[in-house]
Amino acid sequence: MRRLVALVPLAWLGLFFLVPFAVLLKISLSEPAIAQPPFLPLTDWAEGVLTITLNLGNYVFLGQDPLYLLSYLSSVRIAAVSTLITLLIGYPMAYAIARARPARRTLLLMLVILPFWTSFLLRVYAWIGILKGNGIVNNFLLWIGAIDAPLVLIQTDFAVYLGIVYTYLPFMILPLYATLSRLDASLLEAAADLGARPLTTFATVTLPMSWPGIVAGSMLVFIPAVGEYVIPALLGGPDTLMIGSVLWNEFFLNRDWPVASAVAIVMVLVLALPIALLRRAQGRDGDAAP
Amino acid sequence: MIRTFPAALMILAVPAAAAAQGSLNFYNWSDYIADDTLSGFEAETGIDVNYDVFDSNEVVEARMLTGSTGYDLVVPSLEFMARQAQAGVFQPIDKSQIPNYDNLDPEILRIVSANDEGNTYGVPYMMYSVGPGYNVAMVEERLPDADMDSWSLVFDPDNAAALADCGIALLDSPSEITAAALNYLGLDPTSEDAGDLEQAMELLQGIRPHIRYFHSSQYINDLANGDICLAVGYSGDILQAKDRAAEAGQGVEIRYTIPAEGAQLGFDMMVIPADAPNPEAAHQFINYFLQPQVTAAISDAVFYANANKAATDLVSDEVRTDPGIYPPEETLAKMYSAKPHSARYDRSLTRAWTALKTGQ
Repeated sequence: MRRLVALVPLAWLGLFFLVPFAVLLKISLSEPAIAQPPFLPLTDWAEGVLTITLNLGNYVFLGQDPLYLLSYLSSVRIAAVSTLITLLIGYPMAYAIARARPARRTLLLMLVILPFWTSFLLRVYAWIGILKGNGIVNNFLLWIGAIDAPLVLIQTDFAVYLGIVYTYLPFMILPLYATLSRLDASLLEAAADLGARPLTTFATVTLPMSWPGIVAGSMLVFIPAVGEYVIPALLGGPDTLMIGSVLWNEFFLNRDWPVASAVAIVMVLVLALPIALLRRAQGRDGDAAP
Repeated sequence: MIRTFPAALMILAVPAAAAAQGSLNFYNWSDYIADDTLSGFEAETGIDVNYDVFDSNEVVEARMLTGSTGYDLVVPSLEFMARQAQAGVFQPIDKSQIPNYDNLDPEILRIVSANDEGNTYGVPYMMYSVGPGYNVAMVEERLPDADMDSWSLVFDPDNAAALADCGIALLDSPSEITAAALNYLGLDPTSEDAGDLEQAMELLQGIRPHIRYFHSSQYINDLANGDICLAVGYSGDILQAKDRAAEAGQGVEIRYTIPAEGAQLGFDMMVIPADAPNPEAAHQFINYFLQPQVTAAISDAVFYANANKAATDLVSDEVRTDPGIYPPEETLAKMYSAKPHSARYDRSLTRAWTALKTGQ
């Protein structure tokens, strides 16, 4: 029975990650064609002979044009900065919620989750209305006389960061809250009794003990943010370079599904590598712990 | 054209209902139909319509090439339709099921047959041009002496710089904007020559710092609200912005003219996918659409010209006499149509377009 239960996540992983990954890998080794679907099959049966053609050219191509490397780097940079900002904003919020009275805690958690009741797309669209030239922010600033001409807030990197931080903040707060609320208050008392000031207590007790929440929250923000397409498309400027839009161009403008698949495969590797390293590092920490 | 979010969502959209007996799954451009077109069809035929919209030919193409879309009727632009037809994704139009086919203008059928031999797969839905539309007051204030009937209004870097603060938008459509740039430079707008592309990109690079955004549908609202002052876009979309601005009564006046240098003349074509669940309903819709009063009502609503000769007299004067919608003979002579690109050219074009937009 136990073994069966363990199979569920494996089946999940296989069905929703490995199978699509294999399909992508297969397409990435193919060549584009004007056909339905728009690429050539890898295998060919002719007179009882099976021919398999693997085209590695798509991967070579990604290395030849610096655009792809720059897009990966730019995506990782935008995602990393957003994750950091989300952490800096989310940590105090999670901390405050965890320290609140139980009755109020439920209310505060509710407020964190509440935005999910509205479509993500509508919420990003709402930011357009807030940030645009004659939007709420600009009209208010003009009205109080802080500025003479509307600020360009939308179609900027600033708007992309704002959109990502706003959208993913709950994914940071919830895991942080989960670890912080389990924090044993007697440890903090012990630290105080031993003469530690609040800051020292935070740095030596609270922060290390909430590390799993920081890692989980950062992963939940960083990974989807790297591949983010919607937020930069709606709020970003034309010069916001992210791998999502490069993928879109390969898939739609060039109709080159093989190169698009190669871009996606490389992106998965770019994401999987740091995660694997991190997990190994964490595993070592775990072993070292008493 | 690319990268429009609503379009991206539509990829995920599946026709609302499976094609039961007596329903039509119709996939059309956004803002491209009259209020009563579908209800009229449902009342006349008893066929329910599931209506989905897109704002990008590329999205339609990706879906067509994937197959099993569930749609019975789709409206790609002619040059895209030509390539999709090569991939074998459409079924021939059965003209015997369309008694109103004779209403179509034979001259237009002849022009589109250059990309659809024998008019086999497509029936013209509406015609459009690609040109600059602008906010009259904002542009005249900044450029009192500029020639408003010329592409130089946007392609001249000095003009573009003067308009940068009130906002310029370009279609996020490398093929259409590059063709306009080539035409402005006096080169063949359908050229696939690398040197020509370089020249066009040089021209566009010159105005790039003054472009606020590239998008294929957002400019309708932004023009109407005065959030931008110039958009290179689809004729009817700009005229819809003009109409919305006039209705809002905020004093925003939008103008669209086909520039003296000429512009791209495009055709959107009704096609029936090879795997359409209900091709009979699609034929019935085409026949319904080709009734003069139905076509005319759509032209009146969306400000695009149609190919239905019998409908011309029924189109309102405001639309029929607008040279931006029904171009006069001498303008028509300067207009050009697009051809399907080779895969190699599409790759260089997309690469150049990315470089233009991102600087990379």
